[in-house]
Amino acid sequence: MTTTPLAARGPRAWWRVPQRQVPVLATLALLLVMYGIGVSQYRAFSNIQVVFNIFIDNGFLLVVAVGMTFVILTGGIDLSVGSVVAMTAMVSASLLGDGVHPALVLLIALLIGPTLGFAMGCVIHFFDIQPFIVTLAGMFFARGMCTWISSTSIPITDGFWTSAAQERIRIGENFVTVSVLVALAVVAVAAYTLAYTRLGRNVYAIGGNQQSALLMGLPVGRTKIAVYTISGLCSAIGGILLSFYTLSGAPLIAVGMELDTIAAVVIGGTLLTGGSGYVFGTLLGVLVLGVIQTLITFDGSLSSWWTKIVIGGLLFAFILLQRLVGIRKK
Amino acid sequence: MSQRHPVLTMTAISKIFPGVRALNGVDFRLFPGEVHALMGENGAGKSTLIKVLTGVYSTDAGTITLDGQQVSFAGPMQATAAGVSTVYQEVNLLPNLSVAENIFIGREPRRLGSVNWREMRRRAKELLARIDLHIDVTELLGSYSLAVQQMVAIARAVDVNARVLILDEPTSSLDADEVAQLMRIMRQLRDDGIAIVFVTHFLDQVYGIADRITVLRNGRLVGEYPTAELPQIALVEKMIGKELDALERLDSETDRDRAAIAAGEPFVAADGLGRTGSVAPFSLTIHAGEVVGLAGLLGSGRTEVARLFFGADRADQGRLAVDGAPATIRNPVAAIDRGVAFCSENRRTEGLVGELSVRENIILAMQAARGWLRPVPRRKQDELVERYIKALSIRPANPDMPVRNLSGGNQQKVLLARWLITEPRLLILDEPTRGIDIGAKTEIQRLVAQLSDGGMAVLFISAELEEVLRLSHKVVVMRDRRLVAQLDNDDTLDADRVMRAIASGAEQEGLEKV
Repeated sequence: MTTTPLAARGPRAWWRVPQRQVPVLATLALLLVMYGIGVSQYRAFSNIQVVFNIFIDNGFLLVVAVGMTFVILTGGIDLSVGSVVAMTAMVSASLLGDGVHPALVLLIALLIGPTLGFAMGCVIHFFDIQPFIVTLAGMFFARGMCTWISSTSIPITDGFWTSAAQERIRIGENFVTVSVLVALAVVAVAAYTLAYTRLGRNVYAIGGNQQSALLMGLPVGRTKIAVYTISGLCSAIGGILLSFYTLSGAPLIAVGMELDTIAAVVIGGTLLTGGSGYVFGTLLGVLVLGVIQTLITFDGSLSSWWTKIVIGGLLFAFILLQRLVGIRKK
Repeated sequence: MSQRHPVLTMTAISKIFPGVRALNGVDFRLFPGEVHALMGENGAGKSTLIKVLTGVYSTDAGTITLDGQQVSFAGPMQATAAGVSTVYQEVNLLPNLSVAENIFIGREPRRLGSVNWREMRRRAKELLARIDLHIDVTELLGSYSLAVQQMVAIARAVDVNARVLILDEPTSSLDADEVAQLMRIMRQLRDDGIAIVFVTHFLDQVYGIADRITVLRNGRLVGEYPTAELPQIALVEKMIGKELDALERLDSETDRDRAAIAAGEPFVAADGLGRTGSVAPFSLTIHAGEVVGLAGLLGSGRTEVARLFFGADRADQGRLAVDGAPATIRNPVAAIDRGVAFCSENRRTEGLVGELSVRENIILAMQAARGWLRPVPRRKQDELVERYIKALSIRPANPDMPVRNLSGGNQQKVLLARWLITEPRLLILDEPTRGIDIGAKTEIQRLVAQLSDGGMAVLFISAELEEVLRLSHKVVVMRDRRLVAQLDNDDTLDADRVMRAIASGAEQEGLEKV
């Protein structure tokens, strides 16, 4: 009984990637391949502004997807995000139209999402109801509120909003918008939160095994409510970015966005069952969706529905990949 | 040891569930720096006692004192906080996080509010090195074996400052090397002054490590003994008990003409049949009209033997012959084809479909045997179902009643009826009388006797020795996943001899000392 046979396990070879990072690396490889295809097919694709435009066009999607990552990491789902995005944009447009000060509008708009998220989180936790059905109810509620505010689109003419929308931040010969900076800041904060705070680690713990997390004395209820609140906050930020982007609030905007978001998170390598995934993966997932759109735009002959077809195929491929990685683990 | 103060005292603990007195005035003492084995058969109250201690259940009577302070925990979390930690067989940790994080989550070392990963890894490594476990703490916990996961769970519990460590059947799914390592860790923790409650059904392990033994039976305390003063035979006797049986003797109804039975060809013959990690190779024949009783403690491999005959598990060693011809039984369907029926131990989870009616449950196996394309005509169904309801006196005698609403004994009879309808040649009964009332018990026993008189081979598994002795022509004794004795049930065989076999059967082969 001198040495332990249980610990017999050599040092990890440098080329062996930790299993939990395989899906993210697969997404990264996919992204590079698709970008390579674009560059080799179209001369203008290599322009760095193409990449920036992907960020500009998908900034709001990225923010919302970050919030969704938190929820999915706990093993939950948030179907309300698209409607909350639309509601935030509608409320902003409507209040600005009434002449309310933009700073106050910003504050109110940023409060609506988290409040609804907090309420849904409480229902999910205290009444032990599936997140799917609770957030489905939230989705209908928020969408209904949009049409109640106005059945038609409300344009935004406020000075702060238009300048935020049109401000071009120069980087060399190219530019990005305010939205891109906001989105990247959200990604950075979220990545830090998940990796370096107890809240973040508890999110992973709950996704791993809620019962164990409870027995280990972790604050399961508080964490679950927190992730839906965070998702609500991200949707609110996403809604404001969307209103920067479109300079209006429309009751039927961002319909089905929750599904794009979920697709981005899953393609980014986060397990739908929770407990495994990274915000960085979600960033890559959103970029993959953006590159597909750009490729189809560059082609010009393909209908934009091809985007959906390709996303559908990719989702299948990635779910299968996750399954295979999971099986190999056992 | 007596001059020291116990760290934990449980006095006159009672716990009543509807209809059952699970614990009845049980006392339990635990001293610092000892390994204390908690022994008892299934239903003796071991897990209830532990659940009462850790606050999963509240007590109905009695007191618990920890370090001289009276305590009453509202749940396992409170118990852990007070220094009473439990490590279960199925590890309650997080497989998706690293080993280091599993030890420290909830109390991570932090710097300026950020989790200090480097410090966490260092401390995890240090902690595991103390129990001689040298593994990569950055790897996911789920990538390690169950044994390692358990040790990590122990490391976490000890580091959270456990003074009382409860190990609930920790060795059930470990191999010999892993058990040895776990034992070594237990000794080390004991020497550090931690009090360990060790729940297991492996006698060798108890005698290898425990300082004292507390035995429970039927929710009552049998006694507390220093291990050295309690021979194995006495322990088994105390666990199984030799209470007078209220049941009538069935001898008159069983035709015990063993010579006639043994003269015929065996229906099944196992030769060196075994399955790695499940049951050691054994040889056993069962003749038509013979009842073979399978005795042994819980977890001794009784059910595993039955599962091999039924094809629910596949043997990886040895041969099986049916009617004298070599046969492989790959799966239950093949077994049913050859006339083998298996009434499982867990009638709710493995046998009956609670939502379906008595009729549907009874017809199920017959229908499966015919194939779904040839439905059993309704009139035939009614006729058969009615016959068996009457023959087994299933109550209420209503074929359309959902099975869920029947009592345990009647559910058992429905399960029996289902298999009898297929007219099996070998009937395997795994604990058919557990948890049912005495009346139903007698009926089932009488039925087994009748079936064997009618030429059916029966493999009868039961924890109750009296019952096994009453029904069987031959008693097979299992111990620690090994067949240790085959005893002809003649006039000289009694509970004492069987018990001695259960307690000491492996001694000839040398105890695996750990």
